[in-house]
Amino acid sequence: MASIKLNGQRVSVDAAPDTPLLWVIRDHLNLTGTKFGCGVASCGACTILVDGEPMRSCQFRLEDAEGVEISTIEGQEDSAFKNVQAAWRELDVVQCGYCQSGQVMAAAALIRSNPKPTDEDIDEALNGNLCRCGTYQRIRAAVHLAAEKMEA
Amino acid sequence: MSKHLENVSRRGFLKTAGVTSGLILAAPMLSNHVMAAARGEEELVSSGYLAIKPDGTAHVFVHRVEMGQGSRTGLPQVVADELEADWGRLHIEAAFGDKARFGDQNTDGSTSIRKFYDAFRQAGAAARMMIEQAAANEWGVSVSDVEAKKHRVINKITGKSEDFSKFVVAASKLEVPKDVQLKKKADRTFIGKPQRNIYMKQILTGGTQFGQDTIRPNMVFAVAARPPVVGGKVTSYDKAAAMAVDGVLDVVELPALEMPALFKPVGGVAVVASNTWAAMKGREALNAQFEDGANASYDSAEYEKQLWKSIDGDSVTHMKRGDVDAALEGASKTYSADYYVPHQHHIPMEPPAATAEWNGDDLKMWVCCQDPTSVQETVAAFVGKKPEEIYVEATLLGGAFGRKSKPDFAVEAALVAKAVGRPVKMVWSREDDVRHGYYHTVAAQRVNVGVKDGKVTAWKHKAAYPSIGATFNPAADQPGAFELGLGLLDMPFDTANMQVDTGKAPAHVRIGWMRSVANIQQAFAVGSMVDEIAQGEGKNTADMWMELIGFDRKINPSVDLVKQPGAPRDPQYSNYGESLERHPVDTARLKAVLDKVVQMSGYGKDMPKGKGIGISVHRSFVSYVACAAEVEVTDGELKVTNAWMAVDCGVAVNPDRVKAQMEGAVLFGMSIAMHGEITAKDGAIVEGNFDGYPVCRMSECPPVETAIIESDAVPGGVGEPGVPPVAPAITNAIFAATGKRIRRLPIKDQLST
Ligand code: FES
Ligand code: FES
Repeated sequence: MASIKLNGQRVSVDAAPDTPLLWVIRDHLNLTGTKFGCGVASCGACTILVDGEPMRSCQFRLEDAEGVEISTIEGQEDSAFKNVQAAWRELDVVQCGYCQSGQVMAAAALIRSNPKPTDEDIDEALNGNLCRCGTYQRIRAAVHLAAEKMEA
Repeated sequence: MSKHLENVSRRGFLKTAGVTSGLILAAPMLSNHVMAAARGEEELVSSGYLAIKPDGTAHVFVHRVEMGQGSRTGLPQVVADELEADWGRLHIEAAFGDKARFGDQNTDGSTSIRKFYDAFRQAGAAARMMIEQAAANEWGVSVSDVEAKKHRVINKITGKSEDFSKFVVAASKLEVPKDVQLKKKADRTFIGKPQRNIYMKQILTGGTQFGQDTIRPNMVFAVAARPPVVGGKVTSYDKAAAMAVDGVLDVVELPALEMPALFKPVGGVAVVASNTWAAMKGREALNAQFEDGANASYDSAEYEKQLWKSIDGDSVTHMKRGDVDAALEGASKTYSADYYVPHQHHIPMEPPAATAEWNGDDLKMWVCCQDPTSVQETVAAFVGKKPEEIYVEATLLGGAFGRKSKPDFAVEAALVAKAVGRPVKMVWSREDDVRHGYYHTVAAQRVNVGVKDGKVTAWKHKAAYPSIGATFNPAADQPGAFELGLGLLDMPFDTANMQVDTGKAPAHVRIGWMRSVANIQQAFAVGSMVDEIAQGEGKNTADMWMELIGFDRKINPSVDLVKQPGAPRDPQYSNYGESLERHPVDTARLKAVLDKVVQMSGYGKDMPKGKGIGISVHRSFVSYVACAAEVEVTDGELKVTNAWMAVDCGVAVNPDRVKAQMEGAVLFGMSIAMHGEITAKDGAIVEGNFDGYPVCRMSECPPVETAIIESDAVPGGVGEPGVPPVAPAITNAIFAATGKRIRRLPIKDQLST
């Protein structure tokens, strides 16, 4: 039985130590906001925060989760995240929505560390987050809008 | 809508579902008999798509799936408009598979709005008229003295108004009107106005229910090792080794695929475990071995040679106008070019997934499918049930693009769940998705054009590519008329001599339809050739298009189609399943969208060195889209720096979603143009994940500007028609920027070599 700290709470999980957090979170803890898109760190759909840093949960093993704070989209509530949500809503960013958990997790992390990102900053920070529906243009605009909302 | 509410209200409706079935598509209005039955529920049922509760809540049953295209938002807009509803009082129900009740639920072909616009308008209008009538009766005034507005009815004599809820029960006892009065354009409240995605909140909080997200009590997880070659069979596997993996619970053999492929699963061995990861490790440990069968020699490099041989070889003629060979002979100048587009794959962000739960003999399924009724039909044949006995819910789809209209993965879930006696979620990994797809075909095309006295007099077009038909009938060994009708048989040119031919191209993988289908390669060849002629004739490409298209008219492509030997009747242009009266091939609309992007992009202006703008235009799914792309090529590096789209889709129900679809189409088209290539070696697909089959990323995304042509025409398709003109616009722009002509996709590193 492993024990991890997720969204502020201690939870125990009965899974093999090499299990990526992605599957721990989805299959054992039933939190499906963290998505499976590739399993090889190339799409960003599975983005979580580990000690506040965006990480690919498909690459982060249960055995390495000892002593770190993990949070998923279900556990986000700071103003950066709320502003990202508001901006996303305002610009009606999403199409199918599947990539968007990862997009908003990465976007909020970006504006936490860089309150006034340029287009280039956004492209760089979010280049690992694929969107097959092609919502990138609106994501870019929504990140700027969220950053503006932070200032207001 | 919360999951809880959704379920509760669905049960409520199911009580009447039995009596409402059978009437829906042919007759969207319900008969008196059915209304009588509905009376017991005291809800106002104006059609299978709309039921209004006594408290005034309007339940809209959207029988089409949501995959990002916006149908679950757009169709309710149509009902709400005619109903004069308050948007906040709609309850949008994600409908389950029920062909008898809902009619066609196959959500592809860009059909949700164009096929159901009328039915949803009628449903809303009929209910509104019934409520107005009930209010008039109550107030003792003529129905012309009352008017519904935003969920209230106004008494025009007294100025007094009451909520819909006051009249629902009385209205439910009235006849459903046969002739409905539709609102005037000026009175529209939702149609033509932007409306936000109804799933926004769930998406932004992680609360969505995609196929990969289904959770059932006591559920276990499965993945499968499948034959790498279509038609291959399992020869051996190590069950004990798989069972030894921590978390693995069972190993289940799947039935081998018997051709034709249809939507059947490809066979293999499933590993069931307590989580997906354990199942994947178990699959590794299985070390499954396969015999490859008849398709083992499929090799993309070799196959391309075969396609070009077919282009050189015998032809079947599908369309003929005038005498193209004589015109080519007599031409003062000729153009000839070969175009190649390799296999593409849908690669939706959400890989396929299906969950099955058996309760005794009862089967329930949750599937990210484009058509729940086709899941019912396909699964039924494998589990010995009638389609209507299986409950299938289409979950949200994390993209689909055509892949998820083939429910092979759902059959796997049903069989494995039956075998293990527990609910099973069959999870496809990305590699499973890429290696076991229904691929967009691989196409070779040759276009020969003749010019005389500065005018194009001959267009001869030959195509060889494996047909989607082969997935259903192995005898189909060259492009079918249903595929040529997507951009070749309906080439909108006023050219005196034209011919469309095909050559042989047997299929060795499962060929499927992908967003915009054969339009992809056909619009690429046509759009490129127009640019090549313009270049050769020293004309601007926009002028070249205008000249080829000619005067304003409505075209009937059927007149030039060639009857094949043994065909029972004269060939008909399919027009995406629509009549030419309702959806003409209108050259004026085609020219208008082209004019628009020329204007928007400033096409024709001088560009700095290394930069260029390219244009193309195409009608598909009965809508018209033009694209202008601006590119910059520096040291062999391509960057698309701007894109402009102009679309005429008739009435744009949700203009912001139309724009979103055009933005998405630019990225989809760019991925095809720049990166997309699925290849086979020894019969198996080489690529496996986004590294081998890249799609465009954020840093590649240009600003996209979209113009929607104001139109009163009945709605056309939106999800697909944006894609076809994108690739040729980009390659034409590359030519403008560099003088290098790209005739084979993807562009990849062709500019640096
Ligand atoms: S699933 Fe982890 S990056 Fe794609
Ligand atoms: S919105 Fe569909 S993949 Fe991004």
